[in-house]
Amino acid sequence: MFCLLLRHTRNSRQLLFKQVLKLPAYTVKNALHTTRFLRHGEYEWQDPKSPDEIVNITYVDKEGKRTKVQGKVGDNVLYLAHRHGVEMEGACEASLACTTCHVYVQHNYLEKLNEADEKEDDLLDMAPFLRENSRLGCQIVLEKSMEGMELVLPQATRNFYVDGHKPKPH
Amino acid sequence: MLAAVNLNLAPSCWPVLPHVQNFALACERSHLALCFGLCHFSITKLSPKTNMSFTRSFVYSRHKLLNIYSCNLSTSAIKYQNVQQSTAAVKRICIVGAGPAGFYAAQYLLKQLSDCTVDIVEKLPVPFGLVRFGVAPDHPEVKNVINTFTKTAEHPRLRFFGNVTLGEDVSLQELRDRYHAVLLTYGADQDRELQLDNERQAPHVISARKFVAWYNGLPGAEQLQPDLSGRDVTIVGQGNVAVDVARMLLSPIDTLKLTDTTEYALEALARSKVERVHLVGRRGPLQAAFTIKELREMLKLPNVETCWRAADFTGIAEQVDKLQRPRRRLTELMLKSLGEQRKPRAAANGKQFLPIFLRAPKAIAANEMEFSITELQENEAAVATEASERLPADLILRSIGYKSSCADAGINFDPKRGHVCNRQGRVLKPGESDAVEPGLYVAGWLCTGPTGVILTTMNGAFAVAKTICDDIANKAVDTASAKPGFEPGSRRIVNWEGWRRIDQHESEAGKAKGKPREKIVSTEQMLRIAGV
Repeated sequence: MFCLLLRHTRNSRQLLFKQVLKLPAYTVKNALHTTRFLRHGEYEWQDPKSPDEIVNITYVDKEGKRTKVQGKVGDNVLYLAHRHGVEMEGACEASLACTTCHVYVQHNYLEKLNEADEKEDDLLDMAPFLRENSRLGCQIVLEKSMEGMELVLPQATRNFYVDGHKPKPH
Repeated sequence: MLAAVNLNLAPSCWPVLPHVQNFALACERSHLALCFGLCHFSITKLSPKTNMSFTRSFVYSRHKLLNIYSCNLSTSAIKYQNVQQSTAAVKRICIVGAGPAGFYAAQYLLKQLSDCTVDIVEKLPVPFGLVRFGVAPDHPEVKNVINTFTKTAEHPRLRFFGNVTLGEDVSLQELRDRYHAVLLTYGADQDRELQLDNERQAPHVISARKFVAWYNGLPGAEQLQPDLSGRDVTIVGQGNVAVDVARMLLSPIDTLKLTDTTEYALEALARSKVERVHLVGRRGPLQAAFTIKELREMLKLPNVETCWRAADFTGIAEQVDKLQRPRRRLTELMLKSLGEQRKPRAAANGKQFLPIFLRAPKAIAANEMEFSITELQENEAAVATEASERLPADLILRSIGYKSSCADAGINFDPKRGHVCNRQGRVLKPGESDAVEPGLYVAGWLCTGPTGVILTTMNGAFAVAKTICDDIANKAVDTASAKPGFEPGSRRIVNWEGWRRIDQHESEAGKAKGKPREKIVSTEQMLRIAGV
């Protein structure tokens, strides 16, 4: 019977994938003590409890692929990305020690975000391809006013030669 | 049940495991109590670290797993087919060097190539390269990236071989014969020299790289015994390594005792008589190589006064508005600090940090160092003038950049630039031609030279890993024939289990002293604890 079930599972992977992501929130709640200030990504795995909490945002990755995501008030943008398989690194785990979650925020949403503090600005100064609308994803916590926001991941560096050597076309 | 167990055990089916996980989750959703056993089994198999009691947070571990495997789930249909077609010839990739570049490349390869196995060989018995031996002990949050690397290392298709030196235990040719692709990421383990006469003979001149290795416990570096009995230290160079070293020398010892600084370094620093650290650069404040985060830390150090030379900042304030944001903010901070400087120079009891600009190293003498006074040209290059200045220097630390070494005679290495000759991470064949060595790649500082923050290394490593994937897809790398991979033979190899034993030992030893870990410095002791 298990063999059959297994085969069935393989054949309906897509279906199951959807189900898995929509796991009822109660399992998480029972297993963990969660508050909105938890900083290790557990909170982002809880589904919104009511429509009032829902915040829809869109990630645009390095290749330009758009991923629409339903988040909720209090979600950290870095961990929300992880939940939905968007490739935003977070090397220092939101401890403000690296720049691997660098994103560009749509200009009209910039002022809706909490202002970057000195530490975040200091790190952004080290980020390649810094722009006016640069922020660190790990410092953005969703609020209702951010509904519809678009976050664009910077392109990876194309030319990584230390001496500025340009490869010859062949 | 049996079918599922078989699935778990057959290595060729590892990539299918997410589906088992998936299946188990589905069963759990339907409250099929029987499946709990199976589900638990696949979890312990997948991630030995989560070998916790079943009652303890089952859901938690499932979410961790989902986190890791969610990427696989999304494209599982395609990947599953790939796996079925190619279980015969697994693509074997070898990465030389277990630092950030190596781990990030491995992470990308494992994610993008479902039918590859990645072996990482590392010279030392322990992984993580400069994250362990370079990052300053008082920056523990930077080391959080180790958690990501550990997830990668515990991937079922990755093997770690610690204590294997390229060029000694195994040759490049041997690796290329045994793998479809070899990626060199062994970093930069040498440093640039000042090119002054008695630089190598003078006992009070040491490289900042060695000093960093000393306080961070790199095997072999414990012999350094820097002489900290003098009052003045002069650091040549103004990069972040230089600032790290200055901070280590000036930080209150009680703060450092809470870090994973090696015990012998703490003892030496506690006895240190160093009061003034000069940070000397050839060029001006607008060309300073340190970054604002590091400078701000220096300015906030308790009981340390930062003393700028007002003359260095002539005409700087007028240029601030024209600067790009990072440079502007850094310059503004320097000017602000200069403005707040107390006019009569520091009280005698405090320590001093003295950044000095427009001075190029000229000569080394006992207890002092001579610098040429430089002028900046249009192109921002510094040119030495006839005038010179002597600075007190009981200890001189050279910190003007790292460079790589050539680990194996088979590597096309550029000794002048100190990195491997390459085009976008593909290693070039020797000679003038633009031809590349098929299946040989380079990433990290060995590829780009020693610059950039971890994001730079990460992007570079991802880019080269992508190149490898593309070359395999385009058949530029021949993966038709099966390759055997590395065989340790009778060598003393530290695998990931071995590293976890060392890790646990270090953490426990650290706990007793209120430190995050007490690093083991002797290679022999590492091997013994690893059980090899």
